[in-house]
Amino acid sequence: MTEPGQSPETADSDLESDEQSRPDPATISVEDCALSFGELSVLEDVSLTIEPGEFVGFVGPNGAGKTTLLRTISAALEPDSGTVAIDGTDVHDLSSRASSRLVSVVPQNTSISFSFPVRDVVEMGRHPHRSRFSSATPEDHAVVERALERTRTAELADRPIDEVSGGQRQRVVLARAIAQATPVMLLDEPTASLDVNHQVETLELVRELVDEGRTVIAAIHDLDLAARYCDRLVLLSDGTVARDGPPATVLTGDALADSFDANAVVTQNPVTGTETVTALADAHEPEPASRPDQVHVLGTGAAAAGVIARLAAAGIDMTLGPVSSGDAAAETARSLGVEAIETEPFARLAPEDRATAETLVREADVTVLADLVLGASTQPLLDTLETADGLVAIETRPLSERDFAGTDARARYNACCERAVDATLEGLLEAVADATVGGSSSRQSVDSIDAND
Amino acid sequence: MYRSGRTAVWSAGLFVLLGAVVLTSAALGPVRIDVVTVAMAMLNAVVIPVGVTSSSASLPVFGVSVPTPGLEYATVFSFDVPVTHQIIVKDIRLPRITLAATVGLSLGAAGTVMQGFFRNPLADPSIIGVSSGAAAGAVAAIVFPGLIPFGSLHVPAFLGALATAFLVYAIATEGGRTPVATLLLAGVAIQTFLGAMISYMLVHSGDSLQQAVYWMMGHLNNSQWGDVGFALPITLAGVLALCAFRQELNVLLLGEEDAHHLGVEVERTKLLLLVLASIVTAAGVAVAGVIGFVGLVVPHIMRLIVGPDHRILLPTSALAGASFLVATDTLARTGPAVVPVGIITAALGAPFFLFLLSRREVRSV
Repeated sequence: MTEPGQSPETADSDLESDEQSRPDPATISVEDCALSFGELSVLEDVSLTIEPGEFVGFVGPNGAGKTTLLRTISAALEPDSGTVAIDGTDVHDLSSRASSRLVSVVPQNTSISFSFPVRDVVEMGRHPHRSRFSSATPEDHAVVERALERTRTAELADRPIDEVSGGQRQRVVLARAIAQATPVMLLDEPTASLDVNHQVETLELVRELVDEGRTVIAAIHDLDLAARYCDRLVLLSDGTVARDGPPATVLTGDALADSFDANAVVTQNPVTGTETVTALADAHEPEPASRPDQVHVLGTGAAAAGVIARLAAAGIDMTLGPVSSGDAAAETARSLGVEAIETEPFARLAPEDRATAETLVREADVTVLADLVLGASTQPLLDTLETADGLVAIETRPLSERDFAGTDARARYNACCERAVDATLEGLLEAVADATVGGSSSRQSVDSIDAND
Repeated sequence: MYRSGRTAVWSAGLFVLLGAVVLTSAALGPVRIDVVTVAMAMLNAVVIPVGVTSSSASLPVFGVSVPTPGLEYATVFSFDVPVTHQIIVKDIRLPRITLAATVGLSLGAAGTVMQGFFRNPLADPSIIGVSSGAAAGAVAAIVFPGLIPFGSLHVPAFLGALATAFLVYAIATEGGRTPVATLLLAGVAIQTFLGAMISYMLVHSGDSLQQAVYWMMGHLNNSQWGDVGFALPITLAGVLALCAFRQELNVLLLGEEDAHHLGVEVERTKLLLLVLASIVTAAGVAVAGVIGFVGLVVPHIMRLIVGPDHRILLPTSALAGASFLVATDTLARTGPAVVPVGIITAALGAPFFLFLLSRREVRSV
């Protein structure tokens, strides 16, 4: 019996030390794997090499083949063509025993309908290391207790597995996989039924396991979590690898639009500094005639950030500003690469910024006013707004909360809003399209004013 | 450590219970014998081999006497027991009690394995048609004595049982895999078919109808030491072999894919479990006929008491099955009318099972 990666002797001697669960890392290579269920092709010529000690996330829409690829790697499914090898040995040539010392699996469906105590379920992870006639050794017990502690399931140890919650059960099955002490772990949606703190806890733990030298592949549908914890993401789409690389290169609006057929915006999470994906409702593609070439956004806070994200998702070019640095809209614009005029908070508008802003408003087909704060930096722009065409107004906060100018300015702003197309965030794209059509006739006059300047 | 200790305590306790049940049972009957006399008579019956005889003895193998070099036996104890009591205990009651214990052991163990294997609380030792096969073999031998050239009914029943199990397995296996659900359905279909065959034979059975029906009810009347000699070695070997799979049985409860990832060679283990459980069941059914409910109810009761862990469940269910059948058979033979024990087990087992259903979770394996 071949024992790639790890012989039972090394496994046993590993147990003696504190480094008990630090197995030799293993390389996984998937070559030209294709698999179909009857007529339905699920994997098409998938090739991947996963290096020792990597944490790889499989992401992709439902039905993209994440689980199927995981099950092919775990040898639960045999590919129609192609091979899966771990450290050079084809996984389908391994006996169950050899493969179970090499690969542990946390399946997606962990329902267990009989009343074994949690500790016994975790102890089953030691089965590959035990002979038919021997019972659990003190080392086995130590490994089991440690796995229970690491997954924070120790307090459940004596409860029957069929009486713990789905999320707890998922952590118990992870504990079982840890007790198995294999160099490779395959996790299918390990955080699917966990609440938010346990999701993070679990993935922190998986990260630790990776840092100890394990090679881990996880199918994760939560793209933000995948980006935050994985070294590398493999984006699967229709059974093929659409993208493969570090999270920042895989999670891009284009890639997600292609694979998920969704309207998604990728921004940087200000807290974790990793990619955050926000999916938006499927936008109606505006008619080409009414699609604006350029939109200028003037506003603050969540409303303006939402406008930017939606316009970006619809592929509309835009500019922003002036806006205070640190405002949610400024952050969103920065992470989406949208040009913005940023000013110091509460400062007067510098003359060159004012000129830039006026030019941007005049050149834009549509100007969106999103919770515009009337203050020192925006008041000077009212002149330009009064003559601008194609205005759209989105107001989520009452004007009184964001009015730091005088009655005169308020009256002028209200007059602008009178001319604007009122919109909500959800109806933004339609409103922008309306404003484009309405404004197109006067586009000429805007140009002529420009010329007169 | 803790667990093997627990297994040992439970097994020892059930062993003592079995001893007590056997002793009590041997004391009961038309002739009441006090328990001390019974114990002495039982000890008097203990023999040990002391040498090889020069002359050939004969051993019944598959119903045919095969000459073998015999062993010379000597008794160990010689308590003073009245001769009639000695004969009643040793030659009349003990064979029957030992056979009841053997059959109970086989049904308790096989029932536990089948329920775990099928992950189905309704599974019993006969789920893949073993009992129907045994019944078909036995009824054929009773109705057409000329066709089946075996002296006793054990061999046709045993072979019929194994042939049926093999047939069901072969039908359900495709491409090296045997899905449990297919196995179950194939078992049901074959049982139905064999039921039809048995009914047909009974219609044409003529004078042997009563004997055939009586066999099918499941009874231990007229048990001989020869019956024990047939069933006990097979049962003991089979149950011990099944106990070697106690860890695999636990892991298999997690589902076949998980079991594979935990180092269980799933298809091979399933085949071995089926073969062993079928042989053990066949040995019991061949000597006692179709005794229902023992293999279904006893594992459930033990699961409620000791939990689902086969390391403790399997040996305790086997021992409890033995005690249960000895006790029910004692009722069967000492009641106002002598009835087949199969009637007692079903009549007691079914209401008890319904009681469990209403109270506890028999739903989960």
